[in-house]
Amino acid sequence: MKQFFTFVKKEFYHVFRDPKTLLMLFGLPVVQIVLFGFALTNEIKNSKVLIVDYAKDAASQEIITKIGATDEFVLQHQILSHLQIEDEFKTGRARLAIIFPANFQRDLLHQNSTQLQVIADASDPNQANTLTNYINTIVTEYQQSLSEVNGMPYQIRPEIRMLYNPELKGATNFVPGVMALVLMLVCVLMTSVSIVREKELGTMEVLLVSPFNPFMVIIAKAIPYFLLSLVNLSVILVLSITLLEMPFNGSYLLFFAESSLLILTALSLGLLISNSTDSQQTAMLISLMGMLIPTMLLTGFMFPIENMPLPLRVFSNIIPSKWYYLIAKSIMIKGLGFSAIWKETLILLGMTVFLLTVSLKKFKIRLA
Amino acid sequence: MPEIVIKTKQLTKKFGDFTAADSITFEVYKGEIFGFLGANGAGKTTAMRMLCGLSRPSSGEATIAGFDVYTETEKIKRNIGYMSQKFSLYEDLTILENIRFFGGIYGLSDREIEEKSQHLIGLLGLGNETKKLVGALPLGWKQKLAFSVAILHDPKIVFLDEPTGGVDPVTRRQFWDLIYEAADRGITVFVTTHYMDEAEYCNRLSMMVDGEIKALDTPSNLKKQFGVASMDEVFYELARGAKRTAD
Repeated sequence: MKQFFTFVKKEFYHVFRDPKTLLMLFGLPVVQIVLFGFALTNEIKNSKVLIVDYAKDAASQEIITKIGATDEFVLQHQILSHLQIEDEFKTGRARLAIIFPANFQRDLLHQNSTQLQVIADASDPNQANTLTNYINTIVTEYQQSLSEVNGMPYQIRPEIRMLYNPELKGATNFVPGVMALVLMLVCVLMTSVSIVREKELGTMEVLLVSPFNPFMVIIAKAIPYFLLSLVNLSVILVLSITLLEMPFNGSYLLFFAESSLLILTALSLGLLISNSTDSQQTAMLISLMGMLIPTMLLTGFMFPIENMPLPLRVFSNIIPSKWYYLIAKSIMIKGLGFSAIWKETLILLGMTVFLLTVSLKKFKIRLA
Repeated sequence: MPEIVIKTKQLTKKFGDFTAADSITFEVYKGEIFGFLGANGAGKTTAMRMLCGLSRPSSGEATIAGFDVYTETEKIKRNIGYMSQKFSLYEDLTILENIRFFGGIYGLSDREIEEKSQHLIGLLGLGNETKKLVGALPLGWKQKLAFSVAILHDPKIVFLDEPTGGVDPVTRRQFWDLIYEAADRGITVFVTTHYMDEAEYCNRLSMMVDGEIKALDTPSNLKKQFGVASMDEVFYELARGAKRTAD
């Protein structure tokens, strides 16, 4: 046992003395969270909106003020005619315009119903959709407040309710994805490179000639990365809860247990890669190319898998992070317990056992 | 008759239909410095890896320190030290950390490790460098340190695979002083090399050509046998007939 701890200690020296490893371990998650949280977000902030107000009455003014008061919109300027809208769109100065007809408030008060036109630049359909949804919400809120004051049923209230993500926060969607990505990347890359490095430097031979059990070499190598990954996970979690105001509704224990399972899957995969190559560069290339791209594309947090062609949908089933993403979302956002995710857990467990068996078998052959 | 520590009989290793080591038979005595010579690709490393338990022989017999290479590899591992061709310490660990690590995985106690590392550092004159990363040391020192670490657990036999590659003859000579000291303590040294000045330092030599041992004797007897003045010429005489080229 003492031999084992000697080895684990040595592995920690390797990690903490290599700036590149440290950067990878602790820089990557922070960069990912910041990048996805602030730069690549689906949320739209400070979008410029054009107002064409033919009514110029109290109702239209109030709605305009409400729109201007949100984070999402900046009132670009009020233009006089709707004919100018397209010019503004073409130059890209604005992506959304709202037109109040001349009798806006009068229609509302007398006919209990009125119209307003929202025009969006739909060259980016996702963005247009999000923006019109925001406007919809604001208008609905206004109607509601009006009815409360007068007690008159002015309009049917289109009740929009976003399940699980009422504010349409991007964080809920991508944080579990980023976690899966970081865990996969860090664990697979780090383990494969650290084992292959021993082969490349010739120290593996020395270890194999020593009485130290070769399987213990593997386990001792995995332990530091396992622990550091858990630290990493906590960093991401804290960052996203504090910085991105991400909700966490489920059990932390269950979440960390499931995450440990994914880390094990990743470590086994790293082991498999390290058994198939003798150079650090190849190991790195396989880990990056083989892991990064499929994980990014087929986990489901960037592009919905349901919309993909059948072959890709089928292929996505062998990506471990896809299952982890489903698990993490269920726990974090929906607050579900183990009974809801046992199937995904079983699949992940199966993958881990398979990968571990194959790689340990391969490892044994190399000793003969 | 001196004690035999390595004994092989018709030891053969095949990779597919390529025979890397062909029916090797020899004996090495306790406390001896046994040189294993041959051109690149002659099969030196393959033979040595079989003896260390890194590679399983295809056929033949071998016992190391009295243990069988097929069935008792774990016991063999406890009784041998090994220094590979590639310099084999961790460059991102300090001298002391390397000593402690290798002492640790050979199961030495903390006190033993402490005593041995003090002795070793004094012997190598590294007193002021113990906190330095090994990567910062000159190659000659690294090799001396790697050798000292390989015999830290007092093995019966130490295997050195081209231990002095890339250093000048003066440093090589210093390295050999360490080998002599180890041999005086009763450690059998099995060394592969292709430096002929090193060959002269060995008690007995075997010459490998194309996977077979073509000659085995003391350096002076070999020179007599081939009627030449230096080991260089012995080597040329033998290697001239080689069919394999360097790998």
